[in-house]
Amino acid sequence: MHSITVNNLTKKFGSFVSVDNISFNVKEGEIFGFLGANGAGKSTTIRMLCGILEPTSGDALVGGFSINSEPDKVKSSIGYMSQRFSLYNDLTVQENIDFFGGVYGLSGSNFRERKNWVLEIANLKGKENLLTGLLPGGIKQRLALGTAVIHNPKIVFLDEPTSGVDPISRRSFWDLINQLSEEGTTVFVTTHYLEEAEFCNNIILINAGKLVAEGTSEELKTNYINHKIIDIECDRTVEAMEILEKETFVLDTSIFGNNLHISVLDDVSAKKSVLALLEGKHSFRIRKIDTIVPTLEDVFIHLIEKG
Amino acid sequence: MNTILHFVKKEFLQFKRDPKMFIIILFAPIVQLVFLGYAANMDVENVKTAIIDRNRTTESRLLIEKLEQSGYFSIEYYINDYKEAEKLIEKGKVICVLSFPVDFDTKLSRGESAQLQAIFDGSDGNTASIAAGYMIKLVAEHSQKIVLTARDKSGKALLIPATISAETRNWYNPTLKTRNFMVPAIVGLLLMIVTLILTSLAIVKEKEIGTMEQLIVTPIKPHQLIIGKLIPFTILGMVSVVVVLTAMRVIFNIPVRGSILLLFVSSFFYVLSLLGFGLFISTISKTQQQAMMLSIFVVMLPMTFLSGFSFPIENMPYFIQMVSYLIPLKYFIVIIRGIILKGVGIGILWDEILILFLMGITILYFSSKNFQKKIN
Ligand SMILES: Nc1ncnc2c1ncn2[C@@H]1O[C@H](COP(=O)(O)OP(=O)(O)OP(=O)(O)O)[C@@H](O)[C@H]1O
Ligand SMILES: [Mg+2]
Repeated sequence: MHSITVNNLTKKFGSFVSVDNISFNVKEGEIFGFLGANGAGKSTTIRMLCGILEPTSGDALVGGFSINSEPDKVKSSIGYMSQRFSLYNDLTVQENIDFFGGVYGLSGSNFRERKNWVLEIANLKGKENLLTGLLPGGIKQRLALGTAVIHNPKIVFLDEPTSGVDPISRRSFWDLINQLSEEGTTVFVTTHYLEEAEFCNNIILINAGKLVAEGTSEELKTNYINHKIIDIECDRTVEAMEILEKETFVLDTSIFGNNLHISVLDDVSAKKSVLALLEGKHSFRIRKIDTIVPTLEDVFIHLIEKG
Repeated sequence: MNTILHFVKKEFLQFKRDPKMFIIILFAPIVQLVFLGYAANMDVENVKTAIIDRNRTTESRLLIEKLEQSGYFSIEYYINDYKEAEKLIEKGKVICVLSFPVDFDTKLSRGESAQLQAIFDGSDGNTASIAAGYMIKLVAEHSQKIVLTARDKSGKALLIPATISAETRNWYNPTLKTRNFMVPAIVGLLLMIVTLILTSLAIVKEKEIGTMEQLIVTPIKPHQLIIGKLIPFTILGMVSVVVVLTAMRVIFNIPVRGSILLLFVSSFFYVLSLLGFGLFISTISKTQQQAMMLSIFVVMLPMTFLSGFSFPIENMPYFIQMVSYLIPLKYFIVIIRGIILKGVGIGILWDEILILFLMGITILYFSSKNFQKKIN
């Protein structure tokens, strides 16, 4: 069962094509990762799927409703957490929950239950009267997520929910996303952090508005990259990269933390050449040189540079 | 309906947290009223005057005293000749120079008519002609008194000459205070600030901080959003009317002569059009700063100038006069001056009130449509 079906969706701003004819499906209850660089068109796509922005062409079914012909029904079956903080900073926690619960038409015991749930997941029990603006970033995001799904929607769209949040809070935020997904909610999430993409059941990557890859993280790593990645740990990494870039057997170079990644076709002969070149000719000290399973970042850098 | 109530409640909670709001609603109207009330005082009084007294007798001094006591003239200099007078006028030190001839008292005692010369600085024609009017009136009163007392002293039978003097009397504003005329109109300006600017700012603020997008994905309908946003500002607008009317009464002693209810109803109609403009501005602005600029330069200033608030419309070019028919403030000023100063009612003001109502509905309708279109 698909909870979201996107068909040839396109959005133009004037002559600028922000989202270029993309199509994909999202399964019910899965965590769907939507990846792309800044300005790739992630938010624009999400906003079309939420019925905020009208597509220039194409259509999508969200929870079974067309975003073009039934935007109101779409709106009532989704939750949305925008890229910017979406609660009122000048209202208290309680007032924010009351307001959004109110406009979603919740009342009575159901509302009390949901309110409790939101307070619980945001760790804000007993702190209902704090001003939302004064909460720490991680807590704010949890509250925003709770409020966005206060009406128990089938599908929730999260646009970079963890940007600007510390790693520990990010981890616990993802626990929350998992919990939602386990309860059957479809989670459509964009992120800049590729390690977060590993938590997603399915991923698509867009670049300059175009869809460039889709699949599980394993599929992406094996299907989209047909050469080997060599991880090199040495001194003067940048200098080493500059030297290797000039070699014809090196297809790609990138720096990963303190290490250097190069992609090559034949990893066995490449390792020999690297050792000869760096240690032999330029007297670098190589501490480690290994063929590794490509990370998603390797895949994306490869795909985006190719595109 | 419930959705709207939730919205209104939210707005008021936000007002409560925003101290700026209280300043704008309570404090600003009073400051503005006082400031504009005094600044808008275009009355001609204390006209700075220099005297060339070549006569130097009790007779001349009596007249000078009378001028001074009237409050219209304030004698600043005693000088000797026209050269000095010219200098004072050129420097703007005086507006009026009054010159007594050497034989002022002798001519009077002989029963001849004595000639005074008064020179006015005509560069501000309005002030000069009003001051000249006062001068003529005061001198005429004085001469009449002299004529009467002279006859008394001669001991003959009193023969009071039938003097008829045309006295102009101004209705409604007996002392012709411009303040009384201006202050009620200030209500119109204040409502503009409270409703127009605050509404557009409040809506654009939600766009800026991103909550507008959040609202759009909720089941709130655009019209509910609009109504929910506008009700609180309408209420604030009405509160500021109460504040201004009270301040007007307390500070300037200008009571409302007509029906307060009618005043509120017409204020409400006027506010409708302001809310419409505010909504429109919020639709086309991306930032609060933009909204502020547009409110001031595209709506407030033209409204103020074309409404007859500061300049009489009758003196404007024909084309501009036509444009002024489209300005809601023009009608509101007529209404509010009518109700406050003249105490007139719906019988006389019905057409202005009706126009204001229709304008309000129309402007609000079109800007709501536009806002809804932009949201979808
Ligand atoms: N309303 C708009 N008018 C014109 N251009 C727009 C508009 N909204 C987005 N764009 C452009 O479309 C492109 C895609 O923007 P979008 O916000 O979808 O990117 P994104 O993938 O979400 O990026 P980020 O990671 O920075 O959030 C950008 O180049 C942006 O400038
Ligand atoms: Mg974005």
